[in-house]
Amino acid sequence: MSLSSTSQGAAPRVPSSGAPSPGIPPWRNPRVRAFVWQALLVLALLALVLWLAMNARRALDERGMTSGFGFLLDPANFALGEAFFTFTPGSPYLDAFAVGVGNTVLLSLVSIVTASVLGVALGFARLSGNALVSGLAKAYVEAFRNTPQLVQIVFWYSFFTLLPPPRQSWPLLGLGYASNRGLTVPAPEQGGVALLVAGMLVVGAIAAFAIGRLADRRRRRTGRRWRYVGVVEIAALVLPPLAAWLAMGAPTGWSVPVLRGFNYTGGATLAPEFLAIYFGLSFYIAAFIAEIIRGGLISVDAGQIEAANAIGLRRADLYRKVMVPQAMRVIVPPLAAQYVSLLKNSSLGVAVGYPDLFSVSNTALTYSGRTIEVLCIMAVIYLLMCLAIGAVANLVNRFVQIPER
Amino acid sequence: MTTAPRSFAYSGTAATRTPPEVPRGVRAFLHRHLFNSPLGGVATFVLGAVIAIVLWRVLQWSVVDAVWYSPGDGSACRDAAGACWAVIAEKYRVILFGAYPYQQQWRGALVVALWLGWGAISATRLLSVTLRLAGWAVVFVASILLLGGGFLGLEAVGTDVWGGLPLTFIIFGGTVAGGLPLAVLLALGRRSQLPVVRFICVATIEGVRGIPLLALLFFAALILPLFLPPQLTVDKLIRAEVGMIVFFASYAAEVIRGGLQAIPEGQDEAAKALGLGYWLRTRKIILPQALAIVVPALFNDIIRAFKNTTFFSILGLFDVLGATKAALQDPQWVRYGTEGYLFVFLLYFLICSAMSAYGSSIERDNQRRARKAAR
Repeated sequence: MSLSSTSQGAAPRVPSSGAPSPGIPPWRNPRVRAFVWQALLVLALLALVLWLAMNARRALDERGMTSGFGFLLDPANFALGEAFFTFTPGSPYLDAFAVGVGNTVLLSLVSIVTASVLGVALGFARLSGNALVSGLAKAYVEAFRNTPQLVQIVFWYSFFTLLPPPRQSWPLLGLGYASNRGLTVPAPEQGGVALLVAGMLVVGAIAAFAIGRLADRRRRRTGRRWRYVGVVEIAALVLPPLAAWLAMGAPTGWSVPVLRGFNYTGGATLAPEFLAIYFGLSFYIAAFIAEIIRGGLISVDAGQIEAANAIGLRRADLYRKVMVPQAMRVIVPPLAAQYVSLLKNSSLGVAVGYPDLFSVSNTALTYSGRTIEVLCIMAVIYLLMCLAIGAVANLVNRFVQIPER
Repeated sequence: MTTAPRSFAYSGTAATRTPPEVPRGVRAFLHRHLFNSPLGGVATFVLGAVIAIVLWRVLQWSVVDAVWYSPGDGSACRDAAGACWAVIAEKYRVILFGAYPYQQQWRGALVVALWLGWGAISATRLLSVTLRLAGWAVVFVASILLLGGGFLGLEAVGTDVWGGLPLTFIIFGGTVAGGLPLAVLLALGRRSQLPVVRFICVATIEGVRGIPLLALLFFAALILPLFLPPQLTVDKLIRAEVGMIVFFASYAAEVIRGGLQAIPEGQDEAAKALGLGYWLRTRKIILPQALAIVVPALFNDIIRAFKNTTFFSILGLFDVLGATKAALQDPQWVRYGTEGYLFVFLLYFLICSAMSAYGSSIERDNQRRARKAAR
């Protein structure tokens, strides 16, 4: 401390804090400077915005274009391709946007699930002791990560549209067909019931997970194990879909595609547009997810694994109780970023004519002429969807953080 | 008198043991990595057989039964069981150079040679970083001049017919050259003490990261002209480039911010104590250290910027993908789109893999240097 006292003694004019001292002119005062710079910045930005707005006003007047959001209720006279939701020409623009949003959300959901499953499998495969398995996974990751997503999407589209017509289609295990109409696969006769059962399966999975956590918490509090937790978890998983299926009259009919004349009857057809964007989104992001999973797993300290082996944990428990909980902390934030990226790149559907939000907006702005409004609506919707994923990721992130001390 | 506590450790000296022998060689590798257990051995055999069959099929399609040359039209491909690589032989000029005037395509070839050549020279790291970067600036400007022409007897060529690999390189170069400085500014602004500056930077970064690149490009290409005075017409290529730059900068800014956060506070405080002003501190103390840390991470963004150049094909510009799409619209060759896009796939794969390998070599270098410094 003697050093500071001598230096203060040697240079008494230096002010000890940021407080302005009377000897300093205002243009050297940090606070004044900060205020002036920011005020100038705000003024410059305001001037820029005003200038841009005036230009836009004049440009719109010159072209005789009106502005406002009233057009949303006007009928939209264009047709959109087939996808999850269909659009009848003549419905208002608002409906077109709703169809676009629905198609984007469902496409993203399906792709996220596929990419996650594939990515997790590949991530584990890359760490496999078997050189063939890890080599194959590495080759996949390198090939799909180092090429543009759009090239992949366009490639898939070209691949599916260039397949032979239905009469010379490729049979797939005797169940479905691959032709230039896309993939024709068997489908349950009552699609609504199948959807309900799938939804209930998700509900059941959440319930089973919650029961597992409750049992775990109880064990920590009381030290007693709940013996039937495994059975109850399986029951919670299976019962809701089973109940839904039975309640709907337990339909078992499957509609199998059959070639009649030039086309198929029965089954469900996945159009080349959907397949191209779905494969393009899922396979590309799966490569990135694989790397994230691998990174998360190798981030777990080797000592943790050795300790788990030393106390004789089984391999499944080593993963479930030691590796995954610690890896999740590392995995969740970049994983959420990949999901956001997938959602945003679903806009590439426009390249193959899949009616997602972007291509619907693109069509709507051509027909309505309201360029600014349509693009703003689209941007806001994308922003909200990205924020929603971010919010869910934050929740999950809080959940997987291991509280320390 | 107290006796010394008895140690549990072995008191004598043990003979030094040699480290356990790790078997080496092909047999040991096979044993450890392919046949370490009966089940693993079976899995290896099954998987190996599947891979062999698939590889054989692919080889049959792509090499054995393939047609390599079919002059004029695709008639020689019509009956072939394999791939029709003749489409590449026929269309490679369009794929690589787009709609650029045929007689002038040597200029495009020269641009590609410049980029690949300087890339190879830079990768050897024989030159200093400053020299390499200066070289890239020269290569970039020279490419634009060479393609544009209009001097020294070079025919002037409008940007509307630029295309193929030279255009892809120029879009990429412009994105990185314009995006990195903007990214540094955004990252600094996000950590600024001034609330207004901070707010503007956060809003820009988060707003841009929340919308698709395609939407941003449409904003830049479609809306920007509305907001500019009619006498100021900006080329479509430049407008779209603005969108690319802002998008790249917003992502790179977050990477650079990570680097800025990794610099210990003491560095800045020491510089303050020496009486250095904000910009001098930032330029001489903070940024050199922060940027050195984030170069490997930035490479991911740079590679993504290269991959994102394909988005220009949706705007109707003829980068490699756009040019390929146009080339494959020829009714003679439309049936061989799969081969055409596989070629483009391979082209991007080679370039991106090279960049990725270079990025990870920098990372390894950094780690080696850190280990050396720690010793």
